[in-house]
Amino acid sequence: MNAIASIEQREKLVIVGNGMVGHHCVEQLIERGALARFEVRVFGEERQRAYDRVHLSEYFTGSDAEALALGDAGLYAAQGVALHLGEAVLEVDRERREVVTAQGRYAYDRLILATGSYPFVPPIQGSEGAARLVYRTLDDLDAIRAAAATARRGVVVGGGLLGLEAANALKSLGLEAHVVEFAPRLMPVQLDGEGGAALRARIEALGVGVHLARVTQAIVAGEEYRYRMNFDGGEYLETDLIVFSAGIRPQDALARACGLEVAARGGVVIDGECRSSDPRIHAIGECASWNGSVFGLVAPGYGMARNLAAALAGQEAAAFAGADMSTKLKLLGVDVGSIGDAHGATPGARSYRFIDEAGSSYRRLVLDASGKRVIGAVLVGDNSYYDTLLQYVQNGIAVPADPAALILPQSTGAPSLGADALPDSATICSCHNVSKGAVCAAIDSGCGDLAAVKSCTRAATGCGGCAALLKQVFEHELSARGVSVDKSLCEHFAHTRQELYALVRVEGIRDFDTLLARHGKGHVGCALCKPTVGSILASCWNQPIMDPALVPLQDTNDTFMANMQKNGTYSVVPRIPGGEITPDKLIVIGQVAKKYDLYTKITGGQRIDLFGAQLHELPLIWEELIAAGFETGHAYGKSTRTVKSCVGSTWCRYGVQDSVKMALLLEDRYKGLRSPHKLKFAVSGCTRECAEAQSKDIGVIATEKGWNLYVCGNGGMRPRHAELFATDLDDATLVRLIDRVLMFYIRTADKLQRTSVWRESLEGGLDYLKQVIIDDSLGLGAELEAQMQHVVDRYECEWANALKDPEKLKRFRTFVNDRRADPDVHFVRERGQRRPIGAAELHLIPTTEEVL
Amino acid sequence: MSLSNAVVKSPVAWTPVCAASDLVACSGVVVWHAGAQVALFHVPGAPTELYAVDNRDPRSGANVIGRGLIASVHGELVVAAPLYKQHFRLRDGRCLEDDGQVLRVWAARVVEGRVELQS
Repeated sequence: MNAIASIEQREKLVIVGNGMVGHHCVEQLIERGALARFEVRVFGEERQRAYDRVHLSEYFTGSDAEALALGDAGLYAAQGVALHLGEAVLEVDRERREVVTAQGRYAYDRLILATGSYPFVPPIQGSEGAARLVYRTLDDLDAIRAAAATARRGVVVGGGLLGLEAANALKSLGLEAHVVEFAPRLMPVQLDGEGGAALRARIEALGVGVHLARVTQAIVAGEEYRYRMNFDGGEYLETDLIVFSAGIRPQDALARACGLEVAARGGVVIDGECRSSDPRIHAIGECASWNGSVFGLVAPGYGMARNLAAALAGQEAAAFAGADMSTKLKLLGVDVGSIGDAHGATPGARSYRFIDEAGSSYRRLVLDASGKRVIGAVLVGDNSYYDTLLQYVQNGIAVPADPAALILPQSTGAPSLGADALPDSATICSCHNVSKGAVCAAIDSGCGDLAAVKSCTRAATGCGGCAALLKQVFEHELSARGVSVDKSLCEHFAHTRQELYALVRVEGIRDFDTLLARHGKGHVGCALCKPTVGSILASCWNQPIMDPALVPLQDTNDTFMANMQKNGTYSVVPRIPGGEITPDKLIVIGQVAKKYDLYTKITGGQRIDLFGAQLHELPLIWEELIAAGFETGHAYGKSTRTVKSCVGSTWCRYGVQDSVKMALLLEDRYKGLRSPHKLKFAVSGCTRECAEAQSKDIGVIATEKGWNLYVCGNGGMRPRHAELFATDLDDATLVRLIDRVLMFYIRTADKLQRTSVWRESLEGGLDYLKQVIIDDSLGLGAELEAQMQHVVDRYECEWANALKDPEKLKRFRTFVNDRRADPDVHFVRERGQRRPIGAAELHLIPTTEEVL
Repeated sequence: MSLSNAVVKSPVAWTPVCAASDLVACSGVVVWHAGAQVALFHVPGAPTELYAVDNRDPRSGANVIGRGLIASVHGELVVAAPLYKQHFRLRDGRCLEDDGQVLRVWAARVVEGRVELQS
């Protein structure tokens, strides 16, 4: 018989708290088969299911609550785990072994407290409402956002890790941000004096006010702003809102009320098995105190959850034995790293320091008394040293002859330990405790790409800090196994799209046959290489796609410059730049649609789609549209589609710039640009973002001073928010940056790769893209702009071009030897328009059957 | 059973369908031929330069094959159906992805500037 006990025999396990650690515990219980022993019930005080608090600030820069949510929404239900959200546990009745909520009482055999922590708000007179905000939950963030709507300046009390995150959040909401810290330096726990000074210089350079060694004594009404914070010593600072981020306290109220042992500094006292003073009750994560310490990071919490789940599943479980508090973060865009004994507190410890006051960078390397082992490090300004230093600390690797080399600037970048130098036991991902050996095992078991390794081992799916290291290890292990990835485009070209692009550019190749003869095999090409090369040629030279040499390259829809629908008819989309259209033009569209009996629908890109045209009708339809001043909308191409816009400052009471005018400028400039995939743009006239620019490849949002540029977003199957790329740009700079981004994308993207996937594949990420585009680190800027200008100058409406040439029009015949329409195309009328007849509605005898 | 549809019932008869100048190099056009829709593909330089296959796509039921992209797959000339992208061999109409789909084929030739099909 198998080991699954019947439901009646299962013990009742209640988990209080559905935060990151509580959720991880559930996942681990499921994974380890503990549901065979326990009937699990989870209570969450918040309305949302577990979400990623580490990346909370992304809630303001794009992610919504669902994007931050952890795991599949249906996981608990599918596994039979009862989840009570928005239902706080009010009391633990240890005598009757029940938890009590407002809804009822629930029995337990085992209880796990994963209640987390709460933000500490020092008692300050006058601290209430918008002067008493905190930064911990999604509800807190909603409150901050609401307060920020009418605010100009915001202050964060607390200059630690979370405080600087909160300051970043205020900044991203468009506020002037200030940080007030009680200690004489920023991040006092992780950084030493010099490190704090370097961080301060960098953060002040970003326009964030830093006020150190200040104690707020009272909050009173302000004169220029809503509140005034009075500091000891007589100074003051005025602000419209105040966020407290002065540390966390373990949420141990339930434990205190039911008489569990609680540590002097708070937290449910636990042993190595995460057991409280009541052996039926466990505590994990930030609500627990082990050996007098509370661990405010996610990795130790995950470690506790993992160990406890293993023990409950009856597996061999390691005892919790403290945790590495090393952290690597990007705060306000500034790299900060702290490893091990950052303060050199170990007796006999000796340090090497590198201080760059000009560039505000700082690095400290702490060695033990023997001078042979690295025991700690501090990094400000450049975290590329972090992974290697962490490996030295965690794996006790002997330092090189000159230890200072580990932190000194090098022309070739930060010293790298090399994936092969790491022992199999080396921890790659500390959130999920994945070793190098586990990564290798995953590769050996058939994980052929990085995504497979991630989903198999879960490495790099926690805080994500180890992603670069994981990639290195993965690639090293693959090449060590003699695996090379074939990047050939197809059987005709042993090149990548990027290589073909370079060949076309450098050799000035203008047709497929020349490229195939010089660099390929065969003489026809295929459905992979022909459209790819067609797109490259169009991106480079922008010749009319109906030219005889280019026609055979085009994919289905480009061939006839219309979108083929399921019954072989086409839809037609005239360009309506920025979604702005005169009544006269609107009437023409209506007249054309009526004349050819076209089904008419408004698109998501603010234009009008006309469906049901047969091949031979396309030139007739376009003749009329072009006569009325329309141009092709390129709805059929991997090319610029639309520039969506809101009505902007001309009509809207909130608008701060003329978004329609900018949309027209952009659409006019980039119309006809062909690229690896379709391109969508949008321009919003204010921060309310009615044009939804943050879901576009290129998004532009008006500010008081100009325009903010967002790049590489998309909707569709896998939506991705665009990322803020540059702020407060004038018109000319905006266009210049877009020129560069798009041409760099066209130059370096893979075939049919949208900007979002391209951006995610860029090594170095958004920062690298900024360096190339804004700082011109590759010296490509002028070239990219010139290439874009060439495409812009060569623009011609390809439908107008085709209509001028009888030879090109010859192809737009349903039958080249007969004037009839396709007799097999049938429509029915529905809601006042026609639509293709469904197969089930068609009762005709197929004419071809009798032949066979 | 032969899957080639060169099921010749009567002595070889060639019917002119259109002018050679109606063809488009490396692409397709469609003719109306005795109640059938026939897609003609002209591939200059190939061992056979002219192919004639049924215009009806068995998967979608739409008459679209003549608007497909010509490709070479492992040395075989094929046409990619425009809607669902399955490939049909031009010489015998067989689908590379699905044995159940076959296009009827006609023998075709160009004589004195006219395209002729065998009926």
